[in-house]
Amino acid sequence: MNNIADDLCRGYKARADARALFLAAAFFLLLTAMAIGLCIGASGMEFREVIASLLKDTGRGHSIIWMLRLPRIVMAMLVGFGMGLAGAVFQAILRNPLASPFTLGVGSAAGFGAVSVILVFGGGFQTWYIACGAFLFSLISAALILAVAKMKRASSETMILTGIAQMFLFSSLTSLLQYMGTMEQVHEVVFWFFGSLSKAGWREIGLAAAMILLPFPALLWRAWDFNLLSSGDESALALGVNVKRLRMSAVVAASLVTAGGICFTGVIGFVGLVAPHITRMVIGNDHQFLLPASGLVGALIVVFADTLGRTVWAPQVIPIGIVTSFIGVPFFFYLLMKRTREYW
Amino acid sequence: MLKVMNLYFNYNDTRVLEGIVANVEKGRVLSIVGPNGTGKTTLLKCIAGILKPAAGTVVIDGHDADGMARRELAKHLGYVPQSMPVRFPATVFETVLAGRRPYIAWRPSRDDLERTAEIIEEMNLADLAMRDIDQLSGGQAQKVLLARALAQDTLYLLLDEPTSNLDLRHELEMLEVIITLAKRKDMGVLMAMHDLNLSARFSDTILMLYQGKIFCSGKPSEAMTPENIREVYGVEAAVRQENGYLQIQPLRCADLSPSRGNRIPPYVKDQED
Ligand SMILES: Nc1ncnc2c1ncn2[C@@H]1O[C@H](COP(=O)(O)OP(=O)(O)OP(=O)(O)O)[C@@H](O)[C@H]1O
Ligand SMILES: [Mg+2]
Repeated sequence: MNNIADDLCRGYKARADARALFLAAAFFLLLTAMAIGLCIGASGMEFREVIASLLKDTGRGHSIIWMLRLPRIVMAMLVGFGMGLAGAVFQAILRNPLASPFTLGVGSAAGFGAVSVILVFGGGFQTWYIACGAFLFSLISAALILAVAKMKRASSETMILTGIAQMFLFSSLTSLLQYMGTMEQVHEVVFWFFGSLSKAGWREIGLAAAMILLPFPALLWRAWDFNLLSSGDESALALGVNVKRLRMSAVVAASLVTAGGICFTGVIGFVGLVAPHITRMVIGNDHQFLLPASGLVGALIVVFADTLGRTVWAPQVIPIGIVTSFIGVPFFFYLLMKRTREYW
Repeated sequence: MLKVMNLYFNYNDTRVLEGIVANVEKGRVLSIVGPNGTGKTTLLKCIAGILKPAAGTVVIDGHDADGMARRELAKHLGYVPQSMPVRFPATVFETVLAGRRPYIAWRPSRDDLERTAEIIEEMNLADLAMRDIDQLSGGQAQKVLLARALAQDTLYLLLDEPTSNLDLRHELEMLEVIITLAKRKDMGVLMAMHDLNLSARFSDTILMLYQGKIFCSGKPSEAMTPENIREVYGVEAAVRQENGYLQIQPLRCADLSPSRGNRIPPYVKDQED
């Protein structure tokens, strides 16, 4: 090894280190945001009280922390992570910067799946029924997008148009279900759509965590192949990637993650689109870092939005989807204006 | 030796390649020439395993390419496309590093990084290493793509018009790099070319394609004759030896006879071994 080659290696490693640092920072920030969220609430507990209640049974405080605040924050974290991750994966496999669970209609499909389970089974369903319904429909809609993408010369625009069409279709179907349902059922669904995070119990969290976190290592394992996809299927094939199998398995994984994020909270749309882009602008397109970082950024946005939604208008709680858009959109605009070049 | 045996390919119902036979020997350069749309790119893609031939086989050092896993194939064949679409750009270094993917489990090792750095330096790309590939000129991008294929450390290279975006000097430089590598590392090179002068000068063998079939093949001086060029390209050309190189000078468009290209040239070499 001579000097120039040595410098090159060092340059690459320095960049990789900077990205790892970003990951660590995002993780730390997320923990902080979660801690802050834990200390803020309608009952006005002090920091020391919160810590004490977290660690040992202090009666009322203990149940507020363990039954109300913590589940809510953990769920917010999971949902944000899932949306960010799924967005990054959909963008990579479709080579499309406009892709996300929301714009592809996969989220609405999952929502429809969840709502139909709620209505069909009435009160007598198990939580995992909802998860199955959501996964089934997200898979169907993702498969449709994939089929369109495979069609000759399907451009980004075609894919997104298909996605938007699906979004309308599944929203209408959801509305139709509500229209046909009884008062209680409708109430249940509306509550599902908005009440969302507050309804999360540990059972739901366990299920959502499994759906979101289990596919994650498998996706991360393929990070290098996602990188290769960015220079086209042919290059990827020539470098030994089994492109078809990669797409198929990634779509299944991303649909599962989307369903996990949506089935207990309703559609929190915007995060899945912007979290990957915010991350790209900071650390670039290497999926080894992009996948986990998009998840962390998504989690950070949702946890922060939730805390904000619980405080600004306390004791009223603003639904998470609304706050997410309120803080996400201006921030995204700011980054778009500030950026010096095209990142996608 | 890389052997292409009786290869056929159709796009939908249109026959694009018909009975292609070619041998790429290690340390040698074989150039495919022929007019636009004759199937040069298609042939390279079939060999690289990107397209699946309708019939025929590709045999690499005695192993049937069809039976090889993708990753295995990528250790034997490097492919440089005519151009590459870019979405979510990576840096030049990362792009070249991607060539190591057949050897990478989940993250690049120290060896992979060193190998990448060496190749970037050899190809005089060090100044661009930290630039994003969508910010390069067409010629620079083409060099990066070659560098990526070299990082694959394969025995055979498939190049699709490797000099189409390069200026006079870089064109020569690139071809010299390619033949030097072929000789030094004993690599077999198969490339599609449009420039008849340069392909005559830098190749050991010429494969002239016309409408998806081999029109003729052989040493440059045997293949590049005024008759063949008239038949295949429809161009009257003067061919002479000058400064030790074959000079092909196009003169004018020839009248196209209806039976053009159907003449079987007398010197089609039997390429089966
Ligand atoms: N995706 C495709 N679908 C259908 N036909 C195709 C496709 N790609 C190429 N063809 C046709 O196959 C034939 C061979 O194309 P190919 O790209 O191999 O030509 P080429 O020799 O590389 O030409 P050029 O010198 O212009 O690069 C052409 O007639 C082309 O129209
Ligand atoms: Mg071509």
